[in-house]
Amino acid sequence: MVDIERANQEAVERFLNSQPVLVGVGRALDVIPGMTPKTILHAGPPVSWERMSGPLRGAIIGALIYEGLAKDEQEAIELASSGEITFDSCHHHNAVGPMAGVTSPSMPVFIVENKTYSNKAYCNMNEGLGKALRFGAYGEDVIKRLKWMEQVLGPAIKDALEIVGEIDVKNLQVQALMMGDECHNRNRAGTSLFLRQIAPGLVKSSLPKEDIAKVFEFINGNDHFFLNLSMAACKATADSAKGIKGSTIVYTMARNGTDFGIRVSGLGERWFTAPAEKVRGLYFPGFGPEDANPDIGDSVISETIGIGGFAMAAAPAIVQFVGGTVKDAINYTQSMYEITIAENNAYRIPYLDFRGTPTGIDIRKVIETAILPIINTGIAHKNPGVGQVGAGLVNPPMKCFEDALIAFAEEYNIE
Amino acid sequence: MIKEIVIKKNSFFDSVMLMTISREVKNIEGIKEAVVVMATDFNKETLKNVDLVNDEVMEATPSDLIIALKGESEDAIQTAKDKVEEMLTKRTQAQGSEYNPKTLEMALQMAPDSNLALISVPGMYAAEEARKALEAGLHVMLFSDNVSLEDEIKLKKLAQEKGLLMMGPDCGTAIINGVPLAFANKVKRGKIGIVGASGTGTQEVSSIITRLGGGVSQVIGTGGRDLKAEVGGIMMIMGIEALINDDETDVIVLISKPPAKEVMEKVIEKAKGTQKKFIVHFIGADLSFAEKYGLETASTLEETAFKAYEACYGKIAELPYEEEVRIDIEKIRETLKPSQRYIRGLYSGGSLCDEAMVLMKKKFSKVYSNIALTEEEKLPSKDQSIKHTVIDMGDDEFTRGKPHPMIDYTQRVERIFKEAESEEVAVILLDVVLGYGAHKDPASELVPAINKTREIAESKGSNIVFVVALCGTYEDPQDYKKQKEELEKAGAIVATTNKRAVEIAMSIVEA
Amino acid sequence: MSKINELFKKELKVVNIGITGFRDDLKSLSVSVVHVEFRPPAGGNAKLLSILKKLK
Repeated sequence: MVDIERANQEAVERFLNSQPVLVGVGRALDVIPGMTPKTILHAGPPVSWERMSGPLRGAIIGALIYEGLAKDEQEAIELASSGEITFDSCHHHNAVGPMAGVTSPSMPVFIVENKTYSNKAYCNMNEGLGKALRFGAYGEDVIKRLKWMEQVLGPAIKDALEIVGEIDVKNLQVQALMMGDECHNRNRAGTSLFLRQIAPGLVKSSLPKEDIAKVFEFINGNDHFFLNLSMAACKATADSAKGIKGSTIVYTMARNGTDFGIRVSGLGERWFTAPAEKVRGLYFPGFGPEDANPDIGDSVISETIGIGGFAMAAAPAIVQFVGGTVKDAINYTQSMYEITIAENNAYRIPYLDFRGTPTGIDIRKVIETAILPIINTGIAHKNPGVGQVGAGLVNPPMKCFEDALIAFAEEYNIE
Repeated sequence: MIKEIVIKKNSFFDSVMLMTISREVKNIEGIKEAVVVMATDFNKETLKNVDLVNDEVMEATPSDLIIALKGESEDAIQTAKDKVEEMLTKRTQAQGSEYNPKTLEMALQMAPDSNLALISVPGMYAAEEARKALEAGLHVMLFSDNVSLEDEIKLKKLAQEKGLLMMGPDCGTAIINGVPLAFANKVKRGKIGIVGASGTGTQEVSSIITRLGGGVSQVIGTGGRDLKAEVGGIMMIMGIEALINDDETDVIVLISKPPAKEVMEKVIEKAKGTQKKFIVHFIGADLSFAEKYGLETASTLEETAFKAYEACYGKIAELPYEEEVRIDIEKIRETLKPSQRYIRGLYSGGSLCDEAMVLMKKKFSKVYSNIALTEEEKLPSKDQSIKHTVIDMGDDEFTRGKPHPMIDYTQRVERIFKEAESEEVAVILLDVVLGYGAHKDPASELVPAINKTREIAESKGSNIVFVVALCGTYEDPQDYKKQKEELEKAGAIVATTNKRAVEIAMSIVEA
Repeated sequence: MSKINELFKKELKVVNIGITGFRDDLKSLSVSVVHVEFRPPAGGNAKLLSILKKLK
């Protein structure tokens, strides 16, 4: 019989030894493997246009307009349903994206390389709060901002990065955890740290002063700017543990707004999906649970490798955003030690005496204890174009883990 | 009538708490039925019986919580739902102060120097938890019942191999290093060690010793089946060995229902030839064998406690303050009609019930019971008393899906009223067990019941006598003296030992 | 010295698995206790439980 403990040890060591580093910025079409001019990537497990939720559809409509493939909403919908566009999961292309996660060919993306295992991961750039493509908004302002990101922001960071050199993203995450972020729903420290690192490069670059100032303002004005970079780093880390024979460790968790999907190291590329659940949380004024779309986005890659909700004890301030008490936040982290097999050697929690974050979700432990991973997340409006309406906590459906466990037993002939 | 069934997936709560909730909610005006339970097969049956099932209930798993309500109005149902929610969250908030792990594994990570696991999960999961605890090197007290004999043997063999305590299953009481575990009284520390296979019997002895001014070193519970031939007294023998080797123990008391013969021999073999003094009490068993080895024997729990005290601390100078001896039996008899001839004992403690039967058998030819001494004395129905009847209401058939009578007096109070209807009943004999785990104020439940019973009897021109065996120590959280006073004020005769209570009851009915 | 006699010489430290009342009693006596909020393994699902046992 296959040695599960050893396989899991191998998988989690890969998580722990990973060294994700920002090595560059490029155009999605040029750098993401398998990308074509008519491919649109989205968050979560694969899903057909027909089954897509409101925010994801909205984001795709916006992306088609942004790419010039459609001139308006009507045309975009026709094109999307025509079959001419290839929709695929970001995860099938070493990529991730928050909320709708829609990544189209012209978008600038972060390129993060896992220096230990030489695999790469990609993520688009964060547009800021409010009406944004990732929440399914596709108004004129949204498209205009995407264009600016493509023409100014992307090239500026690319240039600046060439001047300051590669940036160790894990190092930034580690510091951010010390400063009260959990690197999923709170990224204030991470964004500040990133800006400090990239600033000399921006100043020294050959871009017009006006543009540089705008880049500074843009990043400074968006606490979540670091999220997408952090996610790329998490993705590069997570993928290093893919396909280890006999391992029951989860290396992907993702949601597309319709389904929640997980993938397990020892079961390769196979998805185990179930309907995504509603987020329990706090709503912005004027919105309530009836407005919420089910859970959506790839940002849960953070929890997959041991930060985000798993590191809530590091980010007591998060409870003002997602609800609950500081003690709850600490207890959430505590409970995650019951379903993980290691304590992180880099991500640490000051309040817990610098204990490493719970890392490496074992599907066996999830099933045995009936404790589900805890995820910090934003809440998207169920209709395209409205944007974020709140934030809170959510769990994956138990069924994903049950199905994975049964499949594992079948795969390894354990009856 | 409106029915409402709410299912909360993956929300496990312990049964004691859910029973409390069900009871409170049922008391809400306009609510006819309230069942708040985990969706086990057994509970699903219960729900079927009260016609509160649907497909969803049948598909629910034992970790799903079911809130099933029948009420007269939407308002009542809503009030009930709010009440359940409030009671469930009250608990969660109380726990918010610290993290409660979900597994033993995590508990040991948090407190690696833990040395004893007190396990009270539902029977079907209990053996596995106990096994894990033993494997992790913990001593175990297994409070849960409904554990198979086969599992018990496996667990005890594993414990024996590892040199660990495996108290139980169905072990209601133990005191280790002065710490009362589960149902136990606040006893003083001293030089008397007890190994007991009977829960309330052990509570009675350790409480009497404490009230005499003595104390106990350790109280090791073995669970009621330890002295069966199949189990072979593994835990009693290990307990005896440990107490023999314990410098803090001078006198060793053994308490059990009659053991299997070969086990009794093994146990006595172990006990003989040491410096320590032994007092042996096998309720109702022939003790000539033990005496042959020079072991002191006792025929009642009271005598066991007295002998143990004297063996350890010397002669009892003066018998403890026992007010009941001043009772004028003749006067009490005068209040009864000639038809009132029988005793009805309603016990919460199995060993106390056993003792009552054994004592009564010396005077009466037949004593009926649900746990009768002989086949012919077994009650055809547990709900129907015959002549002299003593029932153990803590027995499985009374407690399945219901709280134990030591915690919750509802069933006993109902039974008191039922017995009081009979023209033949003279005495209602009750045990009231105090201590940790037990009801916080038994008098508050019994006094109104006694008063109401008397009113009914008086309206018929007769009387019913209540005799209570009060088991506990003066230091118990319920306040022994206050309980005694309140029960006496209500007209009950309160005896401080079970033996005395039984004797008083018998003296009242003896012509 | 046997493990039981060793226990007699140590401070009792309890893991309480199940009834919360027992935890509360111990706390009221200042006894060190960790309370396990027990739930049925695998949510009581027999099929999953049997797989789990084989995957250990």
